[in-house]
Amino acid sequence: MNQLALDVAHLFAGGLVLVSFMLLYQDRLTGIVNNFALHALVVSLSVAWQAYIQQAPHLYITAAIALIVKAVVIPVALHRIIVRLGIHRTIEPVVGIGLTMLAGIGLVALSIMVMLPITAAAGTLAREDLAFALSVVLLGLLMMISRRNAVSQVIGFMSIENGLILAATGAKGMPLVVEISVAFSILIALIVIGVFLFRIRERFDTVDIHALHEHRGGRP
Amino acid sequence: MTEPGAFFLGAVLTIPVVGAAVLALLPDDRTAARLNALAAFLTFVSAAVLFVERPSAGRYLIVDDLNVVFIVLSTFVGFTTSVFSGSYIAHELETGRLTPAYLRFYHAMYQALMFGMNLALLANNVGLMWVAVELATLTTVLMVGIYRTPAALEAAWKYFLLGSVGIALALFGTILVYLAAHESVGEGLDAMAWNVLVDKAAAFDPALLNLAFVFLLLGYGTKVGLVPLHAWLPDAHAEGPTPISAVLSGLLLNVALFAVLRFKTIMSANPAALAPGPLMVSLGLLSVVFASFMLYRRHDIKRMFAYSSIEHMGIITFAFGMGGPLANFAGLLHMTLHSLTKSAIFFCVGHIAQVKGTQRMSEIRGLTVSHPMLGWGLTLGVVAIVGLPPMGIFMSEFLIVTSTFARQPVLAIILGLSILVALGALLMHLNGLAFGEPYGSNAPSKASYVPVFAHLALVFAAGIWLPPALVAWFQHVAALLN
Amino acid sequence: MAIALDAAVQLVQLALVLALAPLLTGLVRRLKAHMLRRQGPPLVQPYRDLLRLLRKEVVLAHSASWLFRVTPYLVFATTWVAAALVPTFAAGLVFSHAADMIAIVALLGSARFLLALAGLDVGTSFGGIGSSREMMIASLAEPAMLMVVFTLSLLAGSTQLSSIAASMQGSGVGLRVSLALALVGLIMVAIAENARIPVDNPATHLELTMVHEAMILEYSGRHLALIEAASHLKLLLYLSVIVCVFFPWGIAVSGQGLAAYFTGLAVYVLKLAAGGFLLAVFETAIAKMRVFRVPDFLGAALMLGFLATLLLFVSRVA
Repeated sequence: MNQLALDVAHLFAGGLVLVSFMLLYQDRLTGIVNNFALHALVVSLSVAWQAYIQQAPHLYITAAIALIVKAVVIPVALHRIIVRLGIHRTIEPVVGIGLTMLAGIGLVALSIMVMLPITAAAGTLAREDLAFALSVVLLGLLMMISRRNAVSQVIGFMSIENGLILAATGAKGMPLVVEISVAFSILIALIVIGVFLFRIRERFDTVDIHALHEHRGGRP
Repeated sequence: MTEPGAFFLGAVLTIPVVGAAVLALLPDDRTAARLNALAAFLTFVSAAVLFVERPSAGRYLIVDDLNVVFIVLSTFVGFTTSVFSGSYIAHELETGRLTPAYLRFYHAMYQALMFGMNLALLANNVGLMWVAVELATLTTVLMVGIYRTPAALEAAWKYFLLGSVGIALALFGTILVYLAAHESVGEGLDAMAWNVLVDKAAAFDPALLNLAFVFLLLGYGTKVGLVPLHAWLPDAHAEGPTPISAVLSGLLLNVALFAVLRFKTIMSANPAALAPGPLMVSLGLLSVVFASFMLYRRHDIKRMFAYSSIEHMGIITFAFGMGGPLANFAGLLHMTLHSLTKSAIFFCVGHIAQVKGTQRMSEIRGLTVSHPMLGWGLTLGVVAIVGLPPMGIFMSEFLIVTSTFARQPVLAIILGLSILVALGALLMHLNGLAFGEPYGSNAPSKASYVPVFAHLALVFAAGIWLPPALVAWFQHVAALLN
Repeated sequence: MAIALDAAVQLVQLALVLALAPLLTGLVRRLKAHMLRRQGPPLVQPYRDLLRLLRKEVVLAHSASWLFRVTPYLVFATTWVAAALVPTFAAGLVFSHAADMIAIVALLGSARFLLALAGLDVGTSFGGIGSSREMMIASLAEPAMLMVVFTLSLLAGSTQLSSIAASMQGSGVGLRVSLALALVGLIMVAIAENARIPVDNPATHLELTMVHEAMILEYSGRHLALIEAASHLKLLLYLSVIVCVFFPWGIAVSGQGLAAYFTGLAVYVLKLAAGGFLLAVFETAIAKMRVFRVPDFLGAALMLGFLATLLLFVSRVA
């Protein structure tokens, strides 16, 4: 595989990590959703490039699914949900943004240190993709942990799924069954999420998770 | 000419799908409950045939030694739970806790859950199994939140988030397994088939396999309810409808552990990989100790039994972590018996909660006097679950503790003590629940007692006599696992 | 003979940076004015300002100490040396082994330190504000700068600017995410260090917007001239570093002959002009940030630097 192909793949994967960082410091809901659309776009570009250099045409389908479903449909749906719930003006107090960023850097360093030696036998492309994919997954987890708003947590979860798509395409030859299934599960998950957001809104007039915590079913 | 086994294999999967579709449209609740039970029964019969007529392994589905008894168990418990669900739901409709529209949803999701679990057990493709587990999780999430109370929504949301994170980690582990196998097995669908993977496991990349197992254990372990990833379990059990608690405890936890076991066989077949045992032992032991102490200060009856489930899954994980023919055998036996016992308990608890109108244990008293069948059923169930002889769980726990004592006395002592702690807690609570002056509503229960006593009878029979065929099968699988 | 030529080139470089710096500032000001549909001052106005200031009388506060009087000379000296070390039109000059990026960062740091002290020296509140804000910016900008330096030196295998420039010109580098991130990080740091919009507004003397201007508010006469010259030089320096490292084409290497030097010179002037133009466009296009948001801005630069270094490791170990 020539150097340019590797570099471009590296560019997309590194870009994905960067966009994950951008997701971490967004405090406006609309900003988060738009940022997620960018995240999905970068993933689909990355997958399309993988399809090109691995000569695996079925990956183009995955890229298309990621692009259409996650970069277009889901952000549009989320925007609608947000407007309907009336929370589009929320500015979420993202506490300790500096610490969160530092923790994010720590996680990226950790995943690089963990993944690279272990995958010494695999190809360069797979190694880099896996290291970056693990970083994106961990950053998504960090986002889920550090957020109060239900929509932000859901976006964090979906960025984890994006990281997994990156990992799956980096692993050469994973069959299409898996990929379509993954996409299918995501779609169902979104339906669930949408249903939940409405139910939560109906009950609490808010999507703030901390409001839910008062109802933590009887501590004992 | 398709072999008969393949036909029944297809039936095990198609009947729930068809059932879900039909039940989603059927407006009449009585017919729906009956149809639900019928679909579950037919699925069970098909699965039982699979025990005898085993089809050859396909690209996507497989019936091998490891999953055949689980599929029969799963469909059996699914059937008895559907019978229980019928009477339970009738009562919920009467009291108005659920509306008919939700009932269609509930029944359809129930069958979808059965489909998901069966698919997870029967899948020959690592990715397909993952998808099935995710499907099963999603259906239960929807059902946990069905009452739409604030507590139910909180429980469902927590379950959804934690479950999704677990699923994501499990997928990452799956990808890593694929990569570890890549050199030896190549690409394409065959590279993800269980039988192929286990065959070639010795040649896999050990470092990748180690990391993969960590992710898989954490990911699927969340769904098993291992401490410290268990936070969703008590709430989901307490807030969802009781048939769902029964299915969660009895079946879904088993399916998740089954997934871990599949991967454990791959790990064990590779000599250079990290021994999966210590990890599983520590998580299992931690779960047992934690859960047994948590049993004391519970006020909600379903929550208490949820912690009991955590404890037992911990014992099973511990057993499989210790490894060796005896411990593996005991673990398999325990999985089966726990499934039967816990679902029986939840059948009782469901009706008790309905009759008394509350889940708080301080308001439920003297059951053996006011509702003898329910009271004695619960008593028997608790006696079984704490591991008192002659019920079957005594034997499996005994085997686990003794086989551990031979190798790691300290761990065995800790395990034994925790089991005793749990025994004390459950018996103490049982005393309050079943005996003494009756308290609260005395309304008669229109429960169906058959499922409860069927399960308990099986557990009792297992404690006294295990059919040799079953013993032989368990031993064979135990050998496979190490 | 070669040595003599090299030495002559080095001296030319020294003089060149001093001569070009005010011109660059004049260009930026004029371009900004044009974009705002004003005439703007002539390109050579900064020279006139400097000459005017040099001829004026120095007015010192009673409370000014010796530090206050010495600082302008020191600041000017360190900044001039730092600017002279950066390869502009020719690499591999006589002092190039001293042209270490870390040395340059250190020189600029000491200049900043002295200036901050001088701002505090007279005891006015404006000076205090300026110094504290400057230190806050520095505490974030300097690590960011160092991370960028690390990224570049990891790629080039050395911290010397000439080596970095040479390796960038070579073919082994390719398209790299880390370089893009490092470039963005360096630009952000440059904007912060040179007190440009969005961090600081060089054109106003309002308390809200002053950082650099607040520190030097008490200076007059030749002292002010030296400090102004130093800030012109600083802008030239940062632009030269960006241009030398990221767009190194056209730099003459030692021993290539006179024609190469002239080409290098021409290319350098062009690059400076382009940089000045882009700076003017950028400053006109965006608004100044509130002071408490500056740490976020610089934090982002720091993160980019970290990320650039980390991402390098991904492919290095490969």
